[in-house]
Amino acid sequence: MLLGRVIGNVVATQKNARYAQARILLVQPIDPDGRARGASLLALDSVDAGEGDVVLLVQEGWGASTAATGEAGAAIDTAIVGVVDEIQADGG
Amino acid sequence: MARVIGRVVATVKNPALEGRKLLVIQSLDARLRPTGRPLVALDAAGAGAGELVFWCRGKEASFPFEGGDVPTDCTIIGIIDSEAHVSFQRSAISPQPEGPLVRLRAES
Repeated sequence: MLLGRVIGNVVATQKNARYAQARILLVQPIDPDGRARGASLLALDSVDAGEGDVVLLVQEGWGASTAATGEAGAAIDTAIVGVVDEIQADGG
Repeated sequence: MARVIGRVVATVKNPALEGRKLLVIQSLDARLRPTGRPLVALDAAGAGAGELVFWCRGKEASFPFEGGDVPTDCTIIGIIDSEAHVSFQRSAISPQPEGPLVRLRAES
């Protein structure tokens, strides 16, 4: 999974039917120290994340589809599956 | 291979992730040098701080968990006993004993 920061959202009236109830958020992947890394991307939200939140991104179609739409098989490659409270160094 | 370098605390998360440990890992090359970006991995091996682990990615990353409906693309599936337990044939990785395949074709 990648860490990312929600930087915006996307409104698309006309879209794949499986996306009908989904929120599409614009996310900037980040390193654990908070620095942006790589290109921003779109992710379906499954945890009610909001702008500014640091989130966990799953980049695998089956898991992303199941998490964000409740069933497998939607044309999705990235979903937000958690909102990060804290990142502890070393890992306990 | 990777080193556990941190832990992620997330209260709000997908229900299937409840009770699972989320660890920050840094991938390593054969010489145990960092390579690539840090990732967040779900733990299926009981790993902890600073440990040397190995992990898998893709849909298969959800297989270690009961029911298989855990949304993860990166899971720690083993703990390497120690750095001394990593051995490899040095000539196999660098420097390359032979030139690139393209040049070999040109010579033949």
